[in-house]
Amino acid sequence: MSWISKTFSSSIGRKIIMAATGLFLCSFLVVHLAGNFQLFKNDGGLAFNAYSEFMSHNTVIRILEIGLVLGFGFHIYEGLTLTAKNRSARGVGYVSDHIEQNSPWHARSMAMLGSIVLFFLIVHLYNFFGTLRFGEPVKDSMGNENAYGLVVDAFRNPLYVALYVVAQAALLYHLLHGFQSAFQTLGLTHRKYTPLIKFVGVVFSLVVCAGFAAMPIYFYFFK
Amino acid sequence: MAGSNPNAKPMNLTLKVWRQKNRATAGQVVDYNVRDISPDMSFLEMLDVLNEDLLRKGDDPVAFDHDCREGICGSCNLFINGRAHGPESGTTTCQLHMRKFSDGDTIVIEPWRANSFPVNKDLSVDRSAFDRIIQAGGYVSVNTGGAPDGNEIPVPKEIADRAFEAATCIGCGACVAACKNASAMLFVSAKVSQLALLPQGHAERATRVENMVAQMDKEGFGACTNIGSCAAECPVGISLENIATLNREFLAAKASSNNLS
Repeated sequence: MSWISKTFSSSIGRKIIMAATGLFLCSFLVVHLAGNFQLFKNDGGLAFNAYSEFMSHNTVIRILEIGLVLGFGFHIYEGLTLTAKNRSARGVGYVSDHIEQNSPWHARSMAMLGSIVLFFLIVHLYNFFGTLRFGEPVKDSMGNENAYGLVVDAFRNPLYVALYVVAQAALLYHLLHGFQSAFQTLGLTHRKYTPLIKFVGVVFSLVVCAGFAAMPIYFYFFK
Repeated sequence: MAGSNPNAKPMNLTLKVWRQKNRATAGQVVDYNVRDISPDMSFLEMLDVLNEDLLRKGDDPVAFDHDCREGICGSCNLFINGRAHGPESGTTTCQLHMRKFSDGDTIVIEPWRANSFPVNKDLSVDRSAFDRIIQAGGYVSVNTGGAPDGNEIPVPKEIADRAFEAATCIGCGACVAACKNASAMLFVSAKVSQLALLPQGHAERATRVENMVAQMDKEGFGACTNIGSCAAECPVGISLENIATLNREFLAAKASSNNLS
């Protein structure tokens, strides 16, 4: 085994993969949220459809998409396998375990919260990505695929609205631990900057998740 | 007992103790009652009372590890009521006093739980995995010869203090016991940080962290998820910052060492 594969198959190496891909996926959330804010534009979805058309047909974006898939893939794979490894490291469990007295609930529940987000991701890809990429496209008045129409349709269903909002709550708690934890794992701690990183992490998590959750709620009640 | 409080009322307690004959057999929780326990006793003295009772009855006493009984050796490792070293933070089991409990309490006492810490008997576990990690690199090689002058290698006070804080780790294993992943990273990080801070540790800096982490993985400890249970239960207050240092040292060593394997 070469030193590179040895590094990234060690326990710390695998944590570093989790942290690096986690922060990369945070950057994806920013781009996705910024683009999606066009859903709130009162133009019947023309701007959003043009943006969606660009994102799904531009060559550079399509190449970057491979990176995104790899980012998700590594994060999910390492997350699931590390969780299994960590669980088995305990062996016989405690009869009485009061771990809730020494650590926060959401930090201990990253695998469960991540699994909720993963389930959401699959449904979400099916709802929009799958239909746009592989389904029969309906065009809007500008000749772009009518992604906006899919959004309106999906969020007429209260089950989807509920799933999307619950998934954002799970993502919120996942990020509340994950954002600052990634910096700790990468060794990026400092007396001056760590408090700032923790504060930015909380603001980031709240803004991103509230922003995404606002979309199904807005469409269900106001569209 | 010297210095005991004459007003302290003796307590009667129910103990739920993990009993296990040896590594090969399965264990179980056994209930015992102990009577007239002074609140001034340490937790280990309370167990001594239980064992004397058991010996009088001709039963097998409960095996538990202990040595100095003054909080510095790291031997007395008990998981008490769901917490490593019991409910009091910043303390070892021997420094936990019975005044922290009340008359009539039920106390669950278990050994450290980790695949890498197999149970020898009852509450005593084998922590030699820690010794093997230290042997892999937790040392400074010093050539023999005349003792060097104490002031020959200057170490700034701030650095010396930080190294000393990391050096206070007593290797008790509460970090592993408390961690939901049975991770040993707080223990490993304390030694790596301590020696990385000091000039004497620089010569072996890269190989040390590579070898110690490799041994830690080989022993089967879990990976850290930064939940903080370890630092919260550490009797000597080793901070999570050391784990960040360990990660940084590991990455730097892997990126820069001449070790290709």
